[in-house]
Amino acid sequence: MQEIPKPSNKQPCHPLDDLIRTDRIPHIWCPGCGIGTVFSSCLAALKGSGINLRKTVMVSGIGCSGRAAGYVNLDSFHTTHGRAIPFATGLKLANPELNIVVFSGDGDLFAIGGNHFIHAARRNMDMTVICVNNLNYGMTGGQVAATTPYLAKSTTTPVGNPETPFNLPLMAYACGATYVARWTMLHIRDLTDSITEAIGKKGFSFIEALSPCPVNYGRRNKQKPLEMLKVYQEKAIIKNDADPSTLDIDFEKGIILGKFVDVDRPTFIEHYDKIYRPSRLQESVPGLNS
Amino acid sequence: MDFWRVPLDADTIQVSLGIVHILEDRCKGCGYCIEYCPKQALELSTKFNQKGYHPPVVVKPEECVNCHYCEIICPEFAIFSVESPPITEPGRAGTHPNSAIKVR
Amino acid sequence: MKPAVLTGEYFMTGDVACAEGALAAGCRFFGGYPITPATEIAERMALRLSHVDGCFIQMEDEIGAMAAVLGASWGGVKSMTATSGPGFSLMMENIGLGICTETPCVVVNVQRGGPSTGLPTHGAQSDMMQARWGSHGHYEIIALAPSSPQEIFYLTITAFNLSEKYRLPVLIMTDEIVGHMSEKVIIPEAKLIEIVSRPRPKGRKDRFKPFAPGPNGVAPMPAAGEGYNLHITGLTHDEKGYPVMAVETQTEMMARITEKIQRNLDDIIRTDDFLLDDAEIVVVSYGVSARTSMAAVAEARKLGIKAGLFRLVTIWPFPEDQIRKLADRVKGFVTVEINLGQIHREVERCAGGKVPIFLVGHPGGTIIHPDSVVNLLKEAF
Repeated sequence: MQEIPKPSNKQPCHPLDDLIRTDRIPHIWCPGCGIGTVFSSCLAALKGSGINLRKTVMVSGIGCSGRAAGYVNLDSFHTTHGRAIPFATGLKLANPELNIVVFSGDGDLFAIGGNHFIHAARRNMDMTVICVNNLNYGMTGGQVAATTPYLAKSTTTPVGNPETPFNLPLMAYACGATYVARWTMLHIRDLTDSITEAIGKKGFSFIEALSPCPVNYGRRNKQKPLEMLKVYQEKAIIKNDADPSTLDIDFEKGIILGKFVDVDRPTFIEHYDKIYRPSRLQESVPGLNS
Repeated sequence: MDFWRVPLDADTIQVSLGIVHILEDRCKGCGYCIEYCPKQALELSTKFNQKGYHPPVVVKPEECVNCHYCEIICPEFAIFSVESPPITEPGRAGTHPNSAIKVR
Repeated sequence: MKPAVLTGEYFMTGDVACAEGALAAGCRFFGGYPITPATEIAERMALRLSHVDGCFIQMEDEIGAMAAVLGASWGGVKSMTATSGPGFSLMMENIGLGICTETPCVVVNVQRGGPSTGLPTHGAQSDMMQARWGSHGHYEIIALAPSSPQEIFYLTITAFNLSEKYRLPVLIMTDEIVGHMSEKVIIPEAKLIEIVSRPRPKGRKDRFKPFAPGPNGVAPMPAAGEGYNLHITGLTHDEKGYPVMAVETQTEMMARITEKIQRNLDDIIRTDDFLLDDAEIVVVSYGVSARTSMAAVAEARKLGIKAGLFRLVTIWPFPEDQIRKLADRVKGFVTVEINLGQIHREVERCAGGKVPIFLVGHPGGTIIHPDSVVNLLKEAF
């Protein structure tokens, strides 16, 4: 009978350790928080996609999800609340060779940052936006957000949310994003595949990743983190190419996941180069009239 | 592994096998790896790590098939599996190095 | 491609001269938003950046514009934006991010009557204190005030050079009058224009600390994509760039941000003067008001009043030492500005109550007529 090789006494190296700032681990996210899983999935996608990591930049805003930029061992920018996308726009326009990943939360990207999101999607700025949707403003203690379900409790809607939430994939689709997908932090392999596809694709890609928020949203709405994962498992309906207008999240009827939009359109830089800097246009781009 | 009927190619099929490594001080005791290991190879330990959480412990190391699910679901980069070399001896294919094949 | 430096003699507005100065300084990115009276800067840049292989984008709002400017700077390109009062207010948070992350860039404020929507098509100089303290938190800033289209051309180049040398956003506080007036502007040959770029890092990339100050107090600055694995955050951070929520880190970071300016005042502060050597009364002014004050000083001299003009070219940092020294030998000061007393307070503070100080101000909408300055000089002295 063979001996099972024992792990060496030296601290073993997690396969993603070269992509994280190990001197800052353990990170600040709560036990059971899904941001760590989505972040891990994103790093696995970055590694597996084969893109030039030296030219890859992560930009984030303010909030729990925004802290991801502080943990990734790449060029990373932790900007002001809601302004990750325009900052990323400036980075990309200054150096079009950069691969930009915007990793931020639902409040940062769609409330204060909503205007920037819709315009970057409209322009088809070449970047991948990963939105960790935990249905509230987690970092500040659990306030209502643009994605908080109707009647849910939060610290600023203590008796129940009077507003209805956004349908994020519909918004992304309506604004012109060329890749739109939604997964949960339980569907890690699908999420990693989506992120890999999105990174490798030029244009504005948007991926929504649902996550529990055990300490804030979960506590106030009687959702233990493991229970939420069971809900994701049981209520998930994977329906690629679903009509984005049917994608409102309904925890009773079902949460539709999948890849909903995957089209090709010339990016802002391609249009700009065609009109203003024709010498930069290397090859003909489908969709750009010659 | 218990078989009711031994598959005809039991000699040649190699089930991947894995060894689980846990970076205990990163763990925050969320329990996702324990819950979602398809082989129920992990359990909550009784020891405390530096931050006061109970990290997982591998209770059935021979069951690990290197599916990496604990690794990818862990939010803390605290657990991962590596492939352990499969047994290629005829008659013992599909077994973990630490167990014997059982056939009913 | 056309040249960035359009050497020659022109009759151009201040706004256009500003854009040309930016291009001459090496600016290759403009992220902007239309606002009267600064729109012409954006319009000129929209056309001219394509001549020099640069990039122009009109963002969805001023907040996005300022964020894009910071991003472009970290992408390795000299970048700027231009706005007026309402947009300046919107940009304040990201100007603060630029100060905290020590990002070189230039922000032009073509001031107009305020507050709020105010007088969009009339000039004022009422954002001067906002230029100093507009963003939250304590910091040092550099702000320049040109008085003519020709001077805007040169000061825009100076602004870029200072922003690159000291790694912070530099403000150009002009006004609608200078922005929209047309005057002769001579653009020299490119080789006569001195351009400064941000200090570049040397040594091992894996040991590089993005905020470890160099000899003059400024850290070298790589760009994204060069393999330095930078982490840049608006949170209080240490020399590695990592956020640390501790009093010691705050103290050190604040020292870095403020001392690089405070220790280099000789290099940064620029002033000009007219008939100041034997003056008994000093007229302190800047921007377009300095031109009317010059006429007033000349007129006052004819009337036997020994007036002199002390013109601020850098408004911030404020030339405190020079005002203090003048306060020891003159009989009084007169501040002339198109507001109800902003730089006036700085002059009062620095003169320390030694001599009387008067203000010839105006809430905004027109220049200060030289006669009002002369009349005050006659009455008061």
